[in-house]
Amino acid sequence: MALLQIAEPGMSAAPHQHRLAVGIDLGTTNSLVATVRSALAVVLNDEHGRSLLPSVVRYHADGVDVGCHAQQKQAMDPQNTIVSVKRFMGRGLSDIADAAHMPYRFVDQPGMVQISTLAGVKSPVEVSAEILKVLRQRAEKALGGELVGAVITVPAYFDDAQRQATKDAARLAGINVLRLLNEPTAAAVAYGLDNGAEGVYAVFDLGGGTFDISILKLSRGVFEVLSTNGDSALGGDDFDHRIYCWILEQAGLSGLSHQDTRLLQTHARAAKEVLTEHEEAPITAVLSTGEMVDLKLTTGVFAEITRSLVSKTLAPTRKALRDAGLSVEEVKGVVMVGGSTRMPIIQHAVGEFFGQEPLNNLDPDKVVALGAAIQANVLAGNRGEDEWLLLDVIPLSLGLETMGGLVEKVIPRNSTIPAARAQEFTTYKDGQTAMSIHVVQGERELVSDCRALAKFELRGIPPMVAGAARIRVTFQVDADGLLSVTAREQSTGVESSVTVKPSYGLSDEQITQMLQASQAYAKDDMMARALQEARVEGGRLIEAVEAALAEDGRLLKEGEGERIAVRIDALRAAIAGDDHRLVTQALETLNRATESFAARRMDASVNKALTGHKLEELES
Amino acid sequence: MAITMTEQAAKHVSNFITKRGKGVGLRLGVRTSGCSGMAYTLEFADEIGADDLQFESHGVKVLIDAKSLAYLDGTELDYTREGLNEGFKFNNPNVKNACGCGESFNV
Repeated sequence: MALLQIAEPGMSAAPHQHRLAVGIDLGTTNSLVATVRSALAVVLNDEHGRSLLPSVVRYHADGVDVGCHAQQKQAMDPQNTIVSVKRFMGRGLSDIADAAHMPYRFVDQPGMVQISTLAGVKSPVEVSAEILKVLRQRAEKALGGELVGAVITVPAYFDDAQRQATKDAARLAGINVLRLLNEPTAAAVAYGLDNGAEGVYAVFDLGGGTFDISILKLSRGVFEVLSTNGDSALGGDDFDHRIYCWILEQAGLSGLSHQDTRLLQTHARAAKEVLTEHEEAPITAVLSTGEMVDLKLTTGVFAEITRSLVSKTLAPTRKALRDAGLSVEEVKGVVMVGGSTRMPIIQHAVGEFFGQEPLNNLDPDKVVALGAAIQANVLAGNRGEDEWLLLDVIPLSLGLETMGGLVEKVIPRNSTIPAARAQEFTTYKDGQTAMSIHVVQGERELVSDCRALAKFELRGIPPMVAGAARIRVTFQVDADGLLSVTAREQSTGVESSVTVKPSYGLSDEQITQMLQASQAYAKDDMMARALQEARVEGGRLIEAVEAALAEDGRLLKEGEGERIAVRIDALRAAIAGDDHRLVTQALETLNRATESFAARRMDASVNKALTGHKLEELES
Repeated sequence: MAITMTEQAAKHVSNFITKRGKGVGLRLGVRTSGCSGMAYTLEFADEIGADDLQFESHGVKVLIDAKSLAYLDGTELDYTREGLNEGFKFNNPNVKNACGCGESFNV
């Protein structure tokens, strides 16, 4: 018979209608799934009792491997074994700084980079979906039924495209996303901070390969992300590497084979883990060459060789506090996240920096997933009415482009969602009948520094003098964080709108649409450029002609001066317009009108140069 | 008339109540629904009602209303693990038919 869990008073589900919900920590290195069972948040293990699923996906001739199996083949089949796919979510090839050093065959697609594998070209969304599928199956087996949904965590700094990519991956894996939750917020929820005192909290997240520090502010049940910082290439692996180098140095080794390198790396990692509980760690290994390694690593030596790594975590922490405009004393609590925070040297350094003991009684590998599970349980409707509902905030400001490439923010960052804000704009030219609305996301003042989300046009504005039209632009963000923008001309009611689905290639249809859009813009861009160039050229010609008239006006024939003046005016008018062909035409007309005048000037200056000189002088 | 709990079940219940931070015991019940007529309910109890019947098993208080007891008398609550799944199981001697999954039953 079915196994039952204890419900909250009065919250028993009808048979076959258990509201099974999970929290998923979709991590760069490892992923986890957790749920709330009989009021207790627990991480769900696989058949072998393992809670961490390595975020590694390998495509091969017979299918797909995810997790440990894929990880084991990583060295053997690097091209088809995708690790840390999270770094590619919602990113274009140009966003990936070290793409050249990765073993993958990247395919540059508009919006999001793709990877060519044995099983075909895969997008990061599809790769992530494979990881999520495994977690979903694990959860459904463990809970004995279908999931109503999941809360999936994302880094606080993820932008709209990265968040949307995460949601799409979930959808592809057959998971209904109840909500995306910021990782540091999830960690704070796991510690029950949302039920506690209002104040500022720091979340220190040192994982296998990434470091993130977030400063959160809890007020009225809402966590705001005040600032984030970190180092995307700093984690536990770097500490392992320092030990590995120390071993090589101490044992006088060099030029090791792949196999021996791996062996010593494994020992280095094991030694690091031993030092969490012990004062010293023995390192003994026999290399394939027969050489013996027999060393003892003490906590003192370990601290010394990793000192610079520890301080590398404190610099971003200091910066995050500074960005938030806070001092260390204003931080009420520090939450430790990520397996690498188990290291006593990290605990110590963080404790010293903040002047308080960090919260560390929950498993730092699991804390994000547990917080997500707690949130999922609430959203699935398994808690009483008096329970809190954590609100989400917009991570980056949303706005639109105004004249001069500047950004006008419409919804500021950290607004709670759902949110709707409207602002009125007007035309900048007489008789303007269309307005281009360019939606951007980011904190910078210049459009070029923000992320472009969408572009659309409001047409059919009745011709009026500049500044008379009233165009109301409404930004609306739903509970899922999806943005829709509507522009409406108030006097006629003409309206145009767009729902922002950040651009990247998932379905063929989307790719096609995007290509069309980019081509349309390409034409616009080209026209804009042609116009700008023609304007510059025209301006230069007018300047030149006017200078010539001032200098050699006496050479003009009767009526010629007036004709040239008319042409100059025509060119000026064309430059003020926005058709590059008209500018070019006017430019040519002016050129022709001044041809004979220019020829006369040339003759005159040649005559002048020659007068009074003998032929011999000129020839010599 | 009695409801009992295995030691395993009692251990889990008291653990859950401790972690939950509140609760006086466990409330069992029956309600009419489901594909075979009746369904079990299993909830945390935050207070003891005037009409509640009380049983105690391995130190854990079990509350039940009189109407439900008629369907559950002699039931033993167990906690078991089936594969990756784990949870509570009603061993109810009154059941004549249960639906395939056992979540609902009739007597």
